[in-house]
Amino acid sequence: MHKYANPTQFMRIANAIYPWVAGLCLLLFAAAIPVALMFSPPDYQQGETVRIMYIHVSSAWLMMMIYGIIAANSAMFLIWRHPMASIAARASAPMGAVFCALALITGMLWGQPMWGTFWVWDARLTSTLILFFLYIGYIALADAFEDSERGDKAAAVLALVGSVNVPIIHFSVEWWNTLHQPSILKAGKEGVGSSVHGSILLPLFLMMGAFTMFYFALLVLRLRSELLAAKIRNARLSQIAGHSAAQPAE
Amino acid sequence: MSVFTALLSRDLKLALRQSADSLTVIAFFAIATVLFPFGVGPEAEILSRIAAGVVWVAALLAALLSLDRVFTVDFEDGTLDQLLLNGQSMTFVVLAKVIAHWLTTGVPLIIMSPILAITLQLPAEGYGTLVLALLLGTPTVSLVGALGAALVLGARRGGVLLSLLVLPLYIPVLIFGTAAVEAALTGMPSAPMLSILGGFALIAITLCPFGTAAALRQAAE
Amino acid sequence: MAFENFAAFIDMGGYAAWVWTAYGLAAAALVGMLVISRRTLKAREREFEDLKANRR
Repeated sequence: MHKYANPTQFMRIANAIYPWVAGLCLLLFAAAIPVALMFSPPDYQQGETVRIMYIHVSSAWLMMMIYGIIAANSAMFLIWRHPMASIAARASAPMGAVFCALALITGMLWGQPMWGTFWVWDARLTSTLILFFLYIGYIALADAFEDSERGDKAAAVLALVGSVNVPIIHFSVEWWNTLHQPSILKAGKEGVGSSVHGSILLPLFLMMGAFTMFYFALLVLRLRSELLAAKIRNARLSQIAGHSAAQPAE
Repeated sequence: MSVFTALLSRDLKLALRQSADSLTVIAFFAIATVLFPFGVGPEAEILSRIAAGVVWVAALLAALLSLDRVFTVDFEDGTLDQLLLNGQSMTFVVLAKVIAHWLTTGVPLIIMSPILAITLQLPAEGYGTLVLALLLGTPTVSLVGALGAALVLGARRGGVLLSLLVLPLYIPVLIFGTAAVEAALTGMPSAPMLSILGGFALIAITLCPFGTAAALRQAAE
Repeated sequence: MAFENFAAFIDMGGYAAWVWTAYGLAAAALVGMLVISRRTLKAREREFEDLKANRR
């Protein structure tokens, strides 16, 4: 596995699979959008709003998966100093934040017609909001230093701290929620959570697959971009070094 | 171990000499708390309902104010590099700094909190639990805060960034800290919440010093 | 097909505002990420080419 830590090696493979991932992404979207919007039946309880759930759950899935990927890459970066790992984490974080925001907003758009309010301090919504803040903090910390390597390291430590904390926060919020929330919302939530039946699963899995492939395809583009940025920085530095070395000789 | 006690006593002496720093934090704690009656009105029912939460939130914000000073002085005057070069165990250095921070800000906040709770009309049953909860919760605040402070050493806009990083991580402490007081007020046992706060402190003291030490090493490189 | 005609499809059982806003925002977010990522990639490719050209 360590062989893929080399950026050139890694990018050779990434670039080779990129057309397949991008093609699969397009194919899945081409199937998921019509099925989710037109061909799947409305839910017996939630009517047509169930269609929001397909993108809501897909965004929520990606925001969690991307956090996991960032945490795993941060661990690899801190333990084995794999440069590719920190680049992958840095390239993923903004996408994670966007999917987190998307999960929040689609959740609100789903909540208003179903619960009669845009926002409730429901355990899942609250945890998602906190995860959004963690993403923002991660991105801000990674960008806060003149020396980008220091930013990478600090952000990696933060991601690991976060991965210990996310379950604790989730457990606390869940507990806090059962302490404070009246049980009216539970009924609405059970309808979402437990009575999932077949007609919902197909569009949901298609959409989740499409979103996931979208993330991986875009990740390849963003990795190329990050590696180029590093090359540009190095070229600039060596140019400056070359100039100052040449000056005394002249 | 001698470095540990030396660092601790030096930090405490420094804090005593510059006691204005600690006093500012306490003053901030008092002012932030006193703002709430103006915001929500002076009715005793509302105030006593929110008292524990307000005291906790204000204490967290006040602790946050003092955090960016924990390592900056040592970072800027080179003490940190010295300690690293001498091959000191960074974990012990961190523990000494955290204990000093807790003694100079956590303890004053705890002492101040019942007085502020009086102004917020906290019922008599709540005081003991409030102090106990703060006693068990503030070590976690100092430990996690020190980790954040080490991460933002040398960063642009370090102070604002620190609050962005650390405040979400304080939410569990806030939840169980206020829940303990609420339980005491409604005649329920508050021991479960207090033990969870103690559990958080134990998790924090086993994990945070290592992360903080790693972050300090990165900062000094 | 879950809808009888095109108007019913647009109406989304009365929830048009919520469903179409959600899908519109999701589409905007995904397309936005794609456009921004591609644009920075292209800009950096150009910058890198310029740097290489200048050095020779």
